[in-house]
Amino acid sequence: MSISIEPEKCVGCGRCTEVCPGNLLEMTAGKAAIREVRDCWGCTACVKECPRDAIFYYLSADLGGAGGRLYAHDTAVSLTWQLRLPDGSEQEIIVAKNKANAY
Amino acid sequence: MEFLDKAADVLIIGGGAAGCYAAITLAEEHPKLSVLLVDKAGIKRSGCLAAGVNALNAYITPGHTPEDYADYAAKDAAGIVRDDLLLTMSRGLNEVTRRMEELGLVILKDEAGQYVSRGWRNLKINGENIKPLLAAAVRRCPNVEVLEHVSAVDYLQADDGAVTGAWGVGVRQDKVYFLQAKAVICATGGAAGLYRPNHPGSSRHKMWYSPFNTGAGYAMGLRAGAEMTTFEMRFIALRCKDTIAPTGTLAQGVGAAQVNAAGERYQHKYGNTTSERLYAVVSENLAGRGPCYLETEGITEAQQDSLERAYLNMAPAQTMKWRETGLGPASANVEVEGSEPYVVGGHTASGYWIDAARATTLPGLFAAGDVAGGCPQKYVTGAFVEGKIAAQSAAAYAAERPGAALSAAARERIRTRIETLLTPPAASPLFTVESLEEAMQQVMDEYAGGITAGYRYTEKQLGLAARHIERLTRLSENLRAADGYGLVQLFELQERLLICRVLIEHLKARRETRWHAFAENLDYPGTNPALEKYVNSRLSDGKVQIIYRDLVKRGDRYEHQH
Repeated sequence: MSISIEPEKCVGCGRCTEVCPGNLLEMTAGKAAIREVRDCWGCTACVKECPRDAIFYYLSADLGGAGGRLYAHDTAVSLTWQLRLPDGSEQEIIVAKNKANAY
Repeated sequence: MEFLDKAADVLIIGGGAAGCYAAITLAEEHPKLSVLLVDKAGIKRSGCLAAGVNALNAYITPGHTPEDYADYAAKDAAGIVRDDLLLTMSRGLNEVTRRMEELGLVILKDEAGQYVSRGWRNLKINGENIKPLLAAAVRRCPNVEVLEHVSAVDYLQADDGAVTGAWGVGVRQDKVYFLQAKAVICATGGAAGLYRPNHPGSSRHKMWYSPFNTGAGYAMGLRAGAEMTTFEMRFIALRCKDTIAPTGTLAQGVGAAQVNAAGERYQHKYGNTTSERLYAVVSENLAGRGPCYLETEGITEAQQDSLERAYLNMAPAQTMKWRETGLGPASANVEVEGSEPYVVGGHTASGYWIDAARATTLPGLFAAGDVAGGCPQKYVTGAFVEGKIAAQSAAAYAAERPGAALSAAARERIRTRIETLLTPPAASPLFTVESLEEAMQQVMDEYAGGITAGYRYTEKQLGLAARHIERLTRLSENLRAADGYGLVQLFELQERLLICRVLIEHLKARRETRWHAFAENLDYPGTNPALEKYVNSRLSDGKVQIIYRDLVKRGDRYEHQH
């Protein structure tokens, strides 16, 4: 389980390095980098925090992953999750922040 | 390495659920006290609640009482609980829930404005942002200073043994902090990473409990002479296969039953406590009737949509898996498996031996949340209550105690130790933190009841485990680090090794099988009425001393005999 950082999108704001609960993200030459992908818990705090959608989350091969990339866009009222699948298709799920889980 | 000093009236170690709530309580009730909250990471997402939480699992719904909750927890733990701790926790659950709602947590309500419960003790929420809400509340407290990315290593103690602070290492900057206080609240959480995890390779940290909860608080307490309780009641989570996502949302939310590969429902054969639900899966698999599933096939599309959102709010991997495979819960049952074992006081009862005021056996040290023992099933709201009680007790203690100055000798010992650990070794080292951690996890897995052992062990195996942990502990003493991050990793390994050592002695001491899977002793497959006691421990002259203590039942209240 891990995240991946797209350096071309990273603007070097460092916000992800503040929120990683494992201190795994650090700034290297002005860009965010993960110290060790195997140490990622998969909490997606950094994915939600990134203001440029430069970090995505994926399921590793040993978790049954198939190559999809999960991005999250955080606003005051909702979290929009975007899943990009290897066939080029995209799916979106919008979760309203003022709505409780039904279950 | 730079050495820095900070001082406050109350030091809180750990800014998770319990630590943040303790800080908020101190700000509200004791605005004149200075409070220092230190966290290994950034408090916005640190601790167990990083990804969010699916429900508030501890709440007293109308028609029920705190005694009902304590009875439920006692039954689930086969009697090895502290009734005084459970009652003081349960009585505070609803108040902290109201406070969290004030802080912005969305809780489902009906048209009459009443909370909607899931079962008789759970509330439905949107818990994705519970940690950012808590962190924001802490940052609004004028008397609370937050020190982030600093990992506490050990307590500072006065000559009489009283805890007078802690020292820690900067994870991102090469700094050592001496944090002095009149009272200290430990809220560091439990311990993960002791056993080989479900996915030891590239997903080694895809686990139920936070892999960053390394048991620092337990280790600090043990080294300082504190008494611990019930480490042997391990917690093992029943989870969705691979994603290690919660199963309660499926079981309680849409009423999905456990079924085996043949589609047979089997839970009635094993009982329905938390450990029995896990034991059922283990047993069905061992009998060749696995894999096991939660029977979700046939739920409606609307239910599936809701489940996808619920999982995004706590464990996005599960929703991603459903979407990637194209097999959502409406069209395919969800396979389940057990996690590796953890030592934790929020689900089971492992941790500091405390009194009802959440005071540990060390003067000046209070404990709350997963690091505090005797009070299982506390979950998030229970951790808040304990944070609140510990804050009130610490404030009262701090008011009576003049600050103690750290001696020059103690300061010098820590400085020398750090400098030694940062000195490059003369020869290229054979072992690394990583290789010793993997070895530790393998030993615990094979000899102390890990996943591959079906969570079972014998006395003989525990003896072997103890010898290997002793060997690995010796090897860890030769490790060196290059910077603050490396030092913290080294300290975390040593914390885990110490907890493994104590855990093994606890498992040995409970010569019975009181909880299937959680502590499955093959030499003693039944329960023993003579062991209706707490198994406690403390380090004495470097040795693990086991102490059996009588149960604290309804109407009793335990007091420390200082």
